[in-house]
Amino acid sequence: MTLFDSLAIAWTALRSNLLRSILTTLGIIIGVASVIILVSVGSGARVEVEKQIASLGSNMLVVFSGSSRGMGGRSAGAGTDLPIAEGDVAAIRDKVQGVIAISGQLNGSGPVVNGNTNWTTTLSGVHPDFATVRDWPVRAGRDFTPQDIRASAKVVILGQTAVKQLFQDEDPIGATIRVKSAPFQVIGVLAPKGQSAMGRDQDDVALIPMTTARGYIVGKSQVQSDQVGQLYIKFDNSTDLKDAQEQIETLLRQRRRIQPGAEDNFNVRNLAETMKARTEVLSTMTYLLAATSVISLIVGGIGIMNIMLVSVTERTREIGLRLAVGARQRDIMRQFLVEAVTLCLIGGLIGIALGVGAAAIVANAADWPVVISPAVIALAMAAAAGTGIVFGYFPARRASGLNPIEALRSE
Amino acid sequence: MNSVAAIIEASQVSAPVAPQSAAPALIRASGVSKIYRMGDQTVRALDDVSLEIAKGDFVAIMGASGSGKSTMMNLIGALDRPTTGHLAIDGRDIATMSSDELADLRNGTIGFVFQQFNLLPRTPALNQVILPLLYAHPRPDDLEARAHHRLEQVGLGKRTDHLPSQLSGGQQQRVAIARALINNPKILLADEPTGALDTKTSEEIMKLFGELNAEGITVIIVTHEPDIADFARRKLVFRDGKIIDDTERAPLKAATAAKDRVL
Ligand SMILES: Nc1ncnc2c1ncn2[C@@H]1O[C@H](COP(=O)(O)OP(=O)(O)O)[C@@H](O)[C@H]1O
Ligand SMILES: [Mg+2]
Repeated sequence: MTLFDSLAIAWTALRSNLLRSILTTLGIIIGVASVIILVSVGSGARVEVEKQIASLGSNMLVVFSGSSRGMGGRSAGAGTDLPIAEGDVAAIRDKVQGVIAISGQLNGSGPVVNGNTNWTTTLSGVHPDFATVRDWPVRAGRDFTPQDIRASAKVVILGQTAVKQLFQDEDPIGATIRVKSAPFQVIGVLAPKGQSAMGRDQDDVALIPMTTARGYIVGKSQVQSDQVGQLYIKFDNSTDLKDAQEQIETLLRQRRRIQPGAEDNFNVRNLAETMKARTEVLSTMTYLLAATSVISLIVGGIGIMNIMLVSVTERTREIGLRLAVGARQRDIMRQFLVEAVTLCLIGGLIGIALGVGAAAIVANAADWPVVISPAVIALAMAAAAGTGIVFGYFPARRASGLNPIEALRSE
Repeated sequence: MNSVAAIIEASQVSAPVAPQSAAPALIRASGVSKIYRMGDQTVRALDDVSLEIAKGDFVAIMGASGSGKSTMMNLIGALDRPTTGHLAIDGRDIATMSSDELADLRNGTIGFVFQQFNLLPRTPALNQVILPLLYAHPRPDDLEARAHHRLEQVGLGKRTDHLPSQLSGGQQQRVAIARALINNPKILLADEPTGALDTKTSEEIMKLFGELNAEGITVIIVTHEPDIADFARRKLVFRDGKIIDDTERAPLKAATAAKDRVL
């Protein structure tokens, strides 16, 4: 008896009880679908988080002013805090090990005008290291130079969204635009960055030199003469960020003369770690879903076992006949195993279809990429087939152990 | 009346004769007992039966219900093993054979026909007949051609795709006979093959058995009806697990013996 013969017999048997067969596989369908959803959505979400971590810039710490007590690490009255200043930048660069790039980001917003086109965007004063720190290269034109900073040059580098809004298809490099009604020359365009972890369009931005921003753009009255906003610090690969974080904290406590035991009025954060913590929540969910799918597969398997036992009973006479015409016990065994596995694989295919569909819907709603790898499909099918073998074994054993005479005599 | 029946009629005149010694015993039972235990009760379904059936013979087994006929058939069909005694089929003692060897013996040497036909539901005639070939070692390639040939032989060459529900009782039994013949068995066993058929159809089926026997197949049938038993050459009567009567009507036909040599 060939495998094809067994398959043909299995198919005939299953088809003659089509509705029952499909209902039986419900547990398998749910189990396999949840395997697919779990792995696809889980890895889609992970890819998305990794993308966001990468978009922050790698090996990076961020320093905010304000205590860690308030929302999001900053206390409510940010304006009253002692800001991070140029002196802090210089001190960190000099005294903390492993710093390869450091840049402030002083944010404001305001209208940017090209001819008749008007667009309100985020204005960010930055240092020349900004592109390096944030892993956000200037794609066309040039980056800021130290000279731009020293001279408070009226030059601007635009993000992709700002370029699209102001210039459509024109070449922006060299053009003069008005930023808060002062003329600025466009020297560069940033590479696209996409959404931030909070869903903000990071490409809707105009970068200007830190000094220019301080003296000119960002509401002069609120700005202390040497403040730098938040500070991004990039380290070389060999630096332990925990270590670096401690060094920065010690240094800033000294500089700010914070008494031992008093609370910091600044905050050093490893944003990548924070986001990784979010993926850990995700993996907890993943385990829950994994447990769900294992349980569904077990329940599904018991359903399969049940229906196979029913089938063996119903077909006792047929089994007797097969034995009488020369089937060996292992032929019968294999036939029922193939039948159980076929049943599970049919459920598996339906489950895959449902799972892929559901994963696509979830991913679409959450704006994640759908990651459905062939390995996941293979895993799901293997899980289904394995369930068939495990739970089909007992009924198949029972079928193959039947006494042919008694089987033939049964009704 | 056909030629087989004519031969039978003619042969009834002559006195019973022992099988020719030239024909070797295909089935040899010596001191076979089959005891069923049910709780503390034991049923002696076969009680020290000794018997030889020659190659090419046509045997009818008769006897009251419960006399052990089916038990004997099941043993000859290698579906079961005797409790004590020896039973050799085609020269091999079934007590010494493994379950796989018994399966292969059933597959290649023995063909079964049942009272209730035992066809698979929702399966066309051709596939019914192919069934034993699926379990053959080696498995032949020309399954359909062989099945076709056998269905033609039993007069159903035009009904190969009919389902059991689309066939009369007699036709279903013919499909079952074609299935029993598919592996060119030496022995055809039929336990009350006409029990579920009307008289006319029964006679047609018995004629078919006669023709198959004439081709050299050893045929053993169980029946209650003397008319049906009359188609056979040798009659065995069972009572309480013992053979109480063994009558033979004529020597094995020369034609059959001649065919044996060719086969
Ligand atoms: N599996 C079994 N278990 C117990 N007793 C059995 C079994 N098979 C047959 N018998 C008994 O053996 C005796 C012979 O049965 P059987 O060969 O079927 O008779 P029959 O001549 O009617 O075909 C009967 O008494 C029957 O009840
Ligand atoms: Mg009987």
